[in-house]
Amino acid sequence: MGMTISQKILAKHAGRDFVEAGELINCKVDVVLGNDITSPVAIEEFNKLGVDGVFDRDKVVLVPDHFTPNKDIKSAEQCKLMRNFAKEKGITNYFEIGQMGIEHCLLPEQGLALPGDLIIGADSHTCTYGALGAFATGVGSTDMAAAMATGEAWFRVPESIKFVYYGNLPKWVSGKDLILYTIGDIGVDGARYMSMEFTGEVIDNLSMDNRLTMANMAIEAGGKNGIVAPDDITRQYVEKRAKRPYEFLASDADAKYAEIREYDVSKLEPIVAFPHLPENAKKVSEATHVNIDQVVIGSCTNGRIEDLEIAANILKGKRVHPEIRVIIFPGTQQIYLEAMRKGFIESFIEAGAIVSTPTCGPCLGGHMGILASGEKAVATTNRNFVGRMGHPESEVYLASPAVAAASALKGRITPPWEI
Amino acid sequence: MNLKGKVYKFGADIDTDAIIPARYLNTADPQELAKHCMEDADPNFPSKVKAGDIIVADKNFGCGSSREHAPIAIKAAGISCVVAKSFARIFYRNSINIGLPILECPRGVDAINEGDEIEVDLVKGLVKNLRTGEEYEATPFPEFMQGIMVKGGLINYVKEKI
Ligand code: SF4
Repeated sequence: MGMTISQKILAKHAGRDFVEAGELINCKVDVVLGNDITSPVAIEEFNKLGVDGVFDRDKVVLVPDHFTPNKDIKSAEQCKLMRNFAKEKGITNYFEIGQMGIEHCLLPEQGLALPGDLIIGADSHTCTYGALGAFATGVGSTDMAAAMATGEAWFRVPESIKFVYYGNLPKWVSGKDLILYTIGDIGVDGARYMSMEFTGEVIDNLSMDNRLTMANMAIEAGGKNGIVAPDDITRQYVEKRAKRPYEFLASDADAKYAEIREYDVSKLEPIVAFPHLPENAKKVSEATHVNIDQVVIGSCTNGRIEDLEIAANILKGKRVHPEIRVIIFPGTQQIYLEAMRKGFIESFIEAGAIVSTPTCGPCLGGHMGILASGEKAVATTNRNFVGRMGHPESEVYLASPAVAAASALKGRITPPWEI
Repeated sequence: MNLKGKVYKFGADIDTDAIIPARYLNTADPQELAKHCMEDADPNFPSKVKAGDIIVADKNFGCGSSREHAPIAIKAAGISCVVAKSFARIFYRNSINIGLPILECPRGVDAINEGDEIEVDLVKGLVKNLRTGEEYEATPFPEFMQGIMVKGGLINYVKEKI
C-alpha cells in the first residue's frame, strides 16, 4: 500500500520503511522551535532533565516575537531567560531584536525549514512550513523541552484528508480565501488530529507566499499539519536559502485518504470569517454592512511581501478612512526592508497607516493595537476568538490583505473591486 | 484513581484564549495563570472554582494555541479533571505531558449538568453522575500515553530514557 507525503516523512524520521495511520512512533526531528511565551516554560522543564546541552545547537531555533520589543517588565524577564539559555547552550539560531521576525515568516525565509523536514515547534502555527513540503506541527512546551534534550518526539501517524482545488482562480481570491473557505466548509474541528494535504491545479500555480498562508491555518481546522507537495515553485524558493540538504517527497498514487474533498474555485469570492470562530466564513459581499474601527495587516498568516504588495497597491495614493486606525506589521526585517525598497512603506504612511516593527503584538492582543470593548477589527491574522485582539467584547473579522486594505479606505468591510 | 467533584459546564470549541487569555502570558507562574483561568468564557470562574471541581465541555475543548499555560492554568485553579466530547490535538498532548487528567466521554457530556457531582475513574475510563446514578464509558488512553501518565508526565518519562 502506498503512503501519503506525511506518512513518508514520518516513516523516514522513525527509521522505518512504512508507517500506518494510527501508529504511535518515535521520530528524530530536524528542527525544534520555541518563542518567548513557550520557551521559558520549556527551559524550566529542560533544566529538570539534568542534561548539559541541547541535542544539536544548530537545530534548536529560538525566536522572541510575541511580546517583543519587550512590552513590559514581565515580558523582558521572559526574553532574558531565553537569551541567557541560548547563550549558555551555544544555540546558533537565536534571533535577537534587529534580526528577528515573526517565527513562521522567519524560518522559511532563513532556509531553516526545508522540504522533507520533520519540524516541531512550541507554537500552534508551526504547521506553516508544510507549504514547503515539510511535516511540521505544533506541540507544547514540555514536548519542546524533551526534544531539545533528545532530538526526538513521539507522534501518532495521522490520517490525511486530501483537498483538491480546481478551476480558474478569480481575481482577488487568494490563498487566504481558499483556506477560510475550506475551514468554513469542514469546521474548526473538521480535520482534528489529521493531516490536510492541499493539491490540485490551483495549488500547483499558487505562489509560495499564498501556500504558506494556507498551511498556516491548518490548525484552525484542528489539523495536525497542512502540507503541499514540493515542486518547481518550492525549488525556486528554497534553493537560494537552504544551507543543508533537503528532499522532495510526494504522496503515492495509491496512498490512503480518510476523505477527498474537491472544490471548484471558479465562482469563489474573497471570504470574511465572522467572530468568534474561523469557521464562520461568509462571502465579502455579504459582509459590507459591518462598520469597523481598526484594520490590521500582517502576522504569520499574511505578513509576507506579496501580502504587503497587494495592500500597498490598494492604498497607494489614497487616504485611509479618517475614523479607522490601520496597523501594518511586516513579518520579518527582510520583508520590511524589501517593502521599503519597493515603496510600499511610503504608500502605507502616506495613506495614513502606521507600520510596526515585526512582532506578534496585535495578532494575539499582546500589545501594539489592542481593541477596546465594542470595537471591531478586520485582520489578516488567523484567529478571531473571543478576546483575541483585546477586550472580550471586541470583534475580529478575518480576511485577506486585499479585503483588509479596501476596508481601511471605506471604514466598513469592503470588497476590493469597489476601490 | 477516582476523582470526585462538582461540575462546571462549558460549550463547544472552548479555545485556549478563553482558557487563558494571551494578555496574561507574560508570566508562566501557575498561580498567576490560575487567577485568570476561563475568564473570557466565564468572568466569575476563577473566584468560584474549588479544589477538586471538574470541567465538563462539549467538542473540541482547547482548540487554538499551543500554550501549555492553558492546562497549567486549569490544573493550578484546582480542577481535578476535564471531561469533554473531544479535545483539540495540542491541548490533549499538553495535558498528558503535564499530568492534567482528561477524558473523552461524548455520551456523558450531554447528560451531565452544571452543578452535578460526578465521579471519574481514570483507569477504567468511567464517568458516573452521582445525581442520577448513571454511568458512562469514556475513551481509554492509548497504552503509550498511560505510560507517560504513570510516570507523572513526559519529563519523568524522558528522564528514565536518557
Ligand atoms: S503572528 Fe499571531 S498567530 Fe502568528 S505566531 Fe504570532 S501570535 Fe501566533
